[in-house]
Amino acid sequence: MTLSEQARNTTPLRKEVPIDKSRGLWITRRDFLSLTGWLAVFAFLGTALLGTIRFFFPRVLFEASPVFKAGFPDEYALGEVSSKYLKSKQVWIVREEEGFYALSAVCTHLGCTPRWLETENKFKCPCHGSGFHLSGINFEGPAPRPLERIKIMLNENGELVVDKSVKFLFERDEWGKPGSFLKV
Amino acid sequence: MVTMEKIKRTQLYRSIFRHGYKDTKPNRMHQIVSNVFLHLHPTSVWRHATEIRYTWGMGGITFLLFIVLTVTGVILMFYYRPTAEYAYADMKYLEHDVPFGMFLRNMHRWAAHLMVITVWLHMLRVFLTGSYKPPREFNWVVGVVLLVLTLLLSFTGYLLPWDQLAMWAITVGTNMARATPFLGHEGPFGPELGMKPDNDIRFLLLGGTQVGPPALLRFYVFHCIALPLLAAIFMIVHFWRVRKDGGISRPSEKE
Repeated sequence: MTLSEQARNTTPLRKEVPIDKSRGLWITRRDFLSLTGWLAVFAFLGTALLGTIRFFFPRVLFEASPVFKAGFPDEYALGEVSSKYLKSKQVWIVREEEGFYALSAVCTHLGCTPRWLETENKFKCPCHGSGFHLSGINFEGPAPRPLERIKIMLNENGELVVDKSVKFLFERDEWGKPGSFLKV
Repeated sequence: MVTMEKIKRTQLYRSIFRHGYKDTKPNRMHQIVSNVFLHLHPTSVWRHATEIRYTWGMGGITFLLFIVLTVTGVILMFYYRPTAEYAYADMKYLEHDVPFGMFLRNMHRWAAHLMVITVWLHMLRVFLTGSYKPPREFNWVVGVVLLVLTLLLSFTGYLLPWDQLAMWAITVGTNMARATPFLGHEGPFGPELGMKPDNDIRFLLLGGTQVGPPALLRFYVFHCIALPLLAAIFMIVHFWRVRKDGGISRPSEKE
């Protein structure tokens, strides 16, 4: 008798218990317990995983509020590109003849902070050389789209209020929308 | 000499050193097999495996650099605090005042740069010698994972000096995460799925909407704990697979 024949002839260690189908249960006790056990294990692991993922999204952010007051309109000279809030808020406030608009000072290439070059009348990014017109439209360098405009409005005291959480994108035709330009 | 012989016969000595240095083939094999660190290594090595012109030794050099980085990294952790107030000052302190601080920091820095290079060279060698072909195709995939982990280790370590270069490198790097499909708030289908600057994948990476103190802490934990641990696990599999897939690859005429 070869080894494999021997293996085939040996009786199984555990005797198969015939299942009595006539009792009408759709699942055996063993399968039911096994299934419940596994469900419990995966329910636990899944809940733990979801909780852990949620853990990494904090409820409170210790960051500056996206809304800030930017003084009164008459503090801005006509045609001025104000860098007053560049360092603290990454925003330029531009005073044109007809009113105000706020530009996000985040380069649309890879997120550096461009500079306003007064003599050359353009915004220029020091990282990769992207250039933008006064309006925010890109015209040189790798930036793929214009600078983003930011919501600017007046509060009841007549102060300028800028809300960085609301953006207006030129390529989505949003520069005409209310809030993208403040008529004075 | 008699005393030495006496010591060697004690139970204490024999419980620690089970094998002498007797230069016989079985004894040399025992030395490898019964040592927890050496047993990952085969008991005997093919002559072709030591042929530097074929393997360039790049995998081994990369592993050596990983060990150098682990040791120097752990040492640097004794002085470096990953908070916005202290990180930059601690880096300067390490460079200028801590004895051998400059040396260890530079060792860590150069080894990190070098490791990225040697990983690429190792990959190039494996590609040129066709060592990615069956039965080694699984190990190629493990290797690609290790390459990504190496790059992520390099990237996360970049933020830790907390200087202008670090800030902007991470600003630019994580801005790419905005454009992740489905998971980024500027990526395809991101906004449709409700992604905003304060709940997308970039937010998860930074722990905020901008590169700030939470980002520094997160990158520190990734850099010092999570990524090295993952890399170590994948390295164990990688080395094991080299052996199990027929040993280090060799020119076909020596197969």
